[in-house]
Amino acid sequence: MLLETHALTASYGQFRALFGVDIAVAAGECVAVIGANGAGKSTLMRSVTGVIRNQPGMVLHRGEPIGALTSAEIMKRGIAMVPEGRRLFPSLTVEENLLIGGQARKAPGPWNIDTVYDLFPILRERRKSPGTALSGGQQQMVAIGRGLMSNPELLLCDEISLGLAPVVIRDIYAALPKIRASGAAIVLVEQDIGKALSVADRVYCMMEGRVTLTAKAAEVSRQEIHAAYFGEAA
Amino acid sequence: MIWIDTLVQGILLGGLYALFAAGLSLVFGIMRLVNLAHGDLIVFAAYLILVGVQVLGLSPWVSALVAMPLMFGFGWLLQTVVLNRVLGKDILPPLLVTFGLSVTLQNGLLEGFSADSQRIPAGTLEGASLDLGLVTVGVMPLLTFVSAVAAILALNWVFYHTPLGRSFRATSDDPVAAGLMGIEPKRIFAIATGIAMVVVTLAALYLGMRANFDPSIGPARLIYAFEAVIIGGLGSLWGTLAGGIIVGVAQTLGAAVNPEWQILAGHIAFLAVMLLKPRGLFPRAVD
Repeated sequence: MLLETHALTASYGQFRALFGVDIAVAAGECVAVIGANGAGKSTLMRSVTGVIRNQPGMVLHRGEPIGALTSAEIMKRGIAMVPEGRRLFPSLTVEENLLIGGQARKAPGPWNIDTVYDLFPILRERRKSPGTALSGGQQQMVAIGRGLMSNPELLLCDEISLGLAPVVIRDIYAALPKIRASGAAIVLVEQDIGKALSVADRVYCMMEGRVTLTAKAAEVSRQEIHAAYFGEAA
Repeated sequence: MIWIDTLVQGILLGGLYALFAAGLSLVFGIMRLVNLAHGDLIVFAAYLILVGVQVLGLSPWVSALVAMPLMFGFGWLLQTVVLNRVLGKDILPPLLVTFGLSVTLQNGLLEGFSADSQRIPAGTLEGASLDLGLVTVGVMPLLTFVSAVAAILALNWVFYHTPLGRSFRATSDDPVAAGLMGIEPKRIFAIATGIAMVVVTLAALYLGMRANFDPSIGPARLIYAFEAVIIGGLGSLWGTLAGGIIVGVAQTLGAAVNPEWQILAGHIAFLAVMLLKPRGLFPRAVD
């Protein structure tokens, strides 16, 4: 497995956010993690990327424990993050925001500044602008491009549709199949169930810090998701 | 005519203050760390250069060149072993630790070199001057100013035109997101403090060649550096040069009116800028 979590727990002080979460992502796979606000999706992403430290064995990359590594060490192993809220660097231009994504890890692969501009042509026109001067959708494109610049094995996308207009979400989701075709596995953390299921192979649904459903995206029924998402029978 | 001369001398003096301040400005701009030992570190570097001159028989310039990598290493270690442990949301621990470092450095230097004042011998350069027609300027103040401009040009180039500078700015903006980009903020901070100590060594060379120094003069240099950084606007390197020049010009103007007013005039200029522009003239930092 490319990425596994085993009985992953996480807390913010006294508040326990994750209660023994098990997920697995295979190479090249697209996995959606859905759930309501506060279900623990973003905490799961923060734990996997080392923003929150764990017991070493709770998170495995290619079978090796990475739970105690720093974010930078995990990133250099090929796990790139498109963080919630995009978190572009305001002091950097669009181009610099992209370049910094590929600065620490030089891995061979399809993605470089030109192919990222080909994926999102509007960014080429805005490359000299400060990253945070762009519209929300364009900023999200920069955040995704920045994640791709290191040619990751796994791209974690945390709420990439949050706060964006439907037409913009459509443009961003249109890029995901191209990213998959380049060989990277994707984990999509989403509240927009329909969007997530449209591109994912498998889906995990979370509620109150636990995984309540694991299913193939093509086979799961609306009733099953409803029950797992809200914790009640449809 | 005398006023033009005063102004020019003030601008050149500002170069020295800008050199004192550039390292402070760099460190503050990247990690929001106020290093209260900055002045003492300049004095420490001056003694290091002096040892090279007196014990190894090096010229001051060569001695400073040798001291620079040593001071880089010292800054790197200081940040890695001490300062990185206290950086966080609370600004008090780093203030206390650097204050303690200031006391430690002063007393350590007192033990090692006594309270006698020292000077780095500059040879014939000490009294050399250049007649520019309208004014006559000392070669040493001119060299100091040129070095300050060169140091700030170099720091700016690193900051805005290299991958390292990109990492500096990104880490300054958002250390957590920088970590997700494969950048170790603590390593970046250590490099920044190391670079600041190289600039400190350059400042120490001119401090020691232009005037006498002893272990106790660090805190006063810190005050001038602080004023230069704050007048210029936190985190702006060119602002720091402007701030240094404003303090320098105010001091020489004050001294021209009455020699007793030299130091006071610098502080008054600082307070005046704070009244009119509390965030400094060219603020870069948002918080």
